[in-house]
Amino acid sequence: MQNAVLDGGLADPARDAAFAFRAALDALSRPGTIRQIEGATAPAPCSAAAATLIVTLCDPTTPLYVAPSHDTEALRDWITFQTGAPFAAAKDAVFAIGTWDALAPLGAYAVGTPAYPDRAATLIVEMPTLDAEGAVLTGPGIKDTAHLNLPEVAAFQANRAQFPLGLDFFFTCGARVAGLPRSTRVTEG
Amino acid sequence: MTDQAYNFAYLDEQTKRMIRRAILKGVAVPGYQVPFASREMPMPYGWGTGGVQVSAACLTPDDTLKVIDQGADDTTNAVSIRKFFEKTAQVAVTEKTGEATVIQTRHRIPEETLTEDQILVYQVPIPEPLRFLEPSEVETRKMHSLEEYGLMYVKLYEDISRHGEIATAYAYPVRVEDRYVMDPSPIPKFDNPKMEGAALQLFGAGREQRIYAVPPYTKVVSLDFEDHPFDPSKAPHPCALCGAEDSYLDEVITDDQGGRMFVCSDTDFCGSRRAAGFTGEMSGAQDTHLGAVGE
Ligand SMILES: [Zn+2]
Repeated sequence: MQNAVLDGGLADPARDAAFAFRAALDALSRPGTIRQIEGATAPAPCSAAAATLIVTLCDPTTPLYVAPSHDTEALRDWITFQTGAPFAAAKDAVFAIGTWDALAPLGAYAVGTPAYPDRAATLIVEMPTLDAEGAVLTGPGIKDTAHLNLPEVAAFQANRAQFPLGLDFFFTCGARVAGLPRSTRVTEG
Repeated sequence: MTDQAYNFAYLDEQTKRMIRRAILKGVAVPGYQVPFASREMPMPYGWGTGGVQVSAACLTPDDTLKVIDQGADDTTNAVSIRKFFEKTAQVAVTEKTGEATVIQTRHRIPEETLTEDQILVYQVPIPEPLRFLEPSEVETRKMHSLEEYGLMYVKLYEDISRHGEIATAYAYPVRVEDRYVMDPSPIPKFDNPKMEGAALQLFGAGREQRIYAVPPYTKVVSLDFEDHPFDPSKAPHPCALCGAEDSYLDEVITDDQGGRMFVCSDTDFCGSRRAAGFTGEMSGAQDTHLGAVGE
């Protein structure tokens, strides 16, 4: 086992996770806002933000799908050591990590059931850039409108059309995170 | 890590992760009740263990916490919860609404307008607004999934036929983002309009094991009828201590001769007004909320 597997967890797990969760909560509660989130360092290509989300939210009870863009032995070993999350196919995943293209197709993931819409996957989408510009966002958490450079628009419109079922998203880049819950309405910017 | 006998914010990390995931799903589906595995807390259920668990999952050492019970910071319940988090999460505490970043509340929304930098955590006794119509959890889940809210309206309309108005004064049901009917916890209906605002609102029911959320700027409509619109008005008195005409009031017994007065239920709001020089007709009289019996 390499040191990279043993290292890179949260230095002060309880407090670091508390700060990380608040960043994630803020991001998902206010779609389009970009927050700093850091503390964990995973093997490439996983960003600090995605690594921190994973150690903050994942554990042995949350099956994780690692998309081909991130499917390396080093990252899998790191996730196993740091979280104990079991690896799963997209259809069984509570969380998924990868680039937008690698995570496709979205139809593969659980969107919840009418009685339990919370039983839906959360996708952590690694982005080359993350900026509050581009697609126009409206809905809960947004005062008037917000903007985010989403990888596309149609997929999020289709996701919103399933509400209250649907997928929820975190977008990560470096040590920054933005959120997009299924409740957000998205139009071309 | 510290060498304390308990974890940061009391709960272990796996429990906090489970609660945090439930909170995020609650945010994603506003008004929907997310099940969670409630933990035993070192306080009785009536003290708001659901709210305490939500607060424990949200607090960071940088937070400033305010705890109110029916609007007051100084009840046994509020003081105990504040001390609990002061000790276990090393948070700063305050009684000033404007200074708080997290406010845990039982049965009130502060009078002072909340901001984007604040989270309001409600203690919820009965999270299911349809429970009094339908005792079965399976059935209420089905009703929510099908948006079968007709019975709820029938009940409210029966109130109108019987009393000439909707008699529900607390826990007045709301429709969130045109989708889920939600119980706002037993806040007075006077507070309902404040639920559409800048702060994130999280709701925790410990005994019933449910978490739900209203994100900032989310549409929250109190159920009503075209011919009987929702009326959040309160009794037409000014506060006897600070003169406020726009705050929610408690009736306070002032002596054993049946004397009484109406004073702000929000003690920080009332105190701040008095400190700023506002007066009411009983200014200078007994300055206490002991004996409050509710409006
Ligand atoms: Zn007053």
